[in-house]
Amino acid sequence: MAAEHKHPNYMAIFYLLAVLTVGEIAVVFLPHYIGISKFAVGVFLCAFALVKAALVAMYFMHLKFETRTLGLIALTPLAIATLLVFVILPDASFVHHKTADVKPAPEEPAKH
Amino acid sequence: MSAATTHAAVERAETPLTPESWGKLGMWIFLAGDAVGFGTLLASYGGMRATSADWPNPYAVLGINLTAAMTFLLICSSVTMVKALEWLGRGDRARAKMFLFFTALGGALFVGCQAYEWTHLIERGLHINGNPWGAALFGTSFFIVTGFHGLHVTAGVIYLLAMIGVVSRRPDPAASYNMIEIAGLYWHFVDLVWIMVFTFMYLL
Repeated sequence: MAAEHKHPNYMAIFYLLAVLTVGEIAVVFLPHYIGISKFAVGVFLCAFALVKAALVAMYFMHLKFETRTLGLIALTPLAIATLLVFVILPDASFVHHKTADVKPAPEEPAKH
Repeated sequence: MSAATTHAAVERAETPLTPESWGKLGMWIFLAGDAVGFGTLLASYGGMRATSADWPNPYAVLGINLTAAMTFLLICSSVTMVKALEWLGRGDRARAKMFLFFTALGGALFVGCQAYEWTHLIERGLHINGNPWGAALFGTSFFIVTGFHGLHVTAGVIYLLAMIGVVSRRPDPAASYNMIEIAGLYWHFVDLVWIMVFTFMYLL
């Protein structure tokens, strides 16, 4: 049936998303002005992105008003992707090469 | 009553997960699968970047002014989408169709901006198999991930235009409410994925 949902204040969510986006861009330029590590910037950006994604899913996609099980279905991909990061990440400690600067070894002149 | 007793194990008309419709559950499951696709792309992007010693600085190469505007555009189109559903719920098909059109327009503008962005980056030397700034995989992952997302937006625009047709053909607003809500789920998902792509591929 139509209009059964509780309607959240969509405009409030929109303003919040806009402010968070501006915040994200501000954080990127923060290291130019104050002493803040790149790692801290990364943590901030991930947190901002997750909050924004959660806002869209919870309110625009009405997940807040759905059953718990549907929420679990929606969360599964996030769990799989997070797991995948930990599966891929160990490679980082083994491989350190410059993909662009790999030049083939100069060929030895053929000896006859 | 006899029909009900002979078919004791008959399936329920609707799933308890989404009491409104099976279609909604179907869309959620599709979106969960699609999200695994995007999650895999982004996770492998992170892996490639972590294993590379000369990964270019994304926001210095790509520039984020246009992309920030595109992000804002997609958030706005999410708002017009919820407005379309809201008006349909109140029985106003004309306004619902107008807001669906605005949503599709926002998506089309987004794809247009992306085409403009790609053109400029390609002219500056960012190619799928190499670039002047460092790791070749930078260009590869950029075009594959933003391209996969752009494809979703393009499909979404077609989907939304088709939904305008559905609302037009059904005189009873309640008859198309469910389909528009499901289309909305897809559209908000595309917005959600862009939030992730924008953060991980442009800002980080």
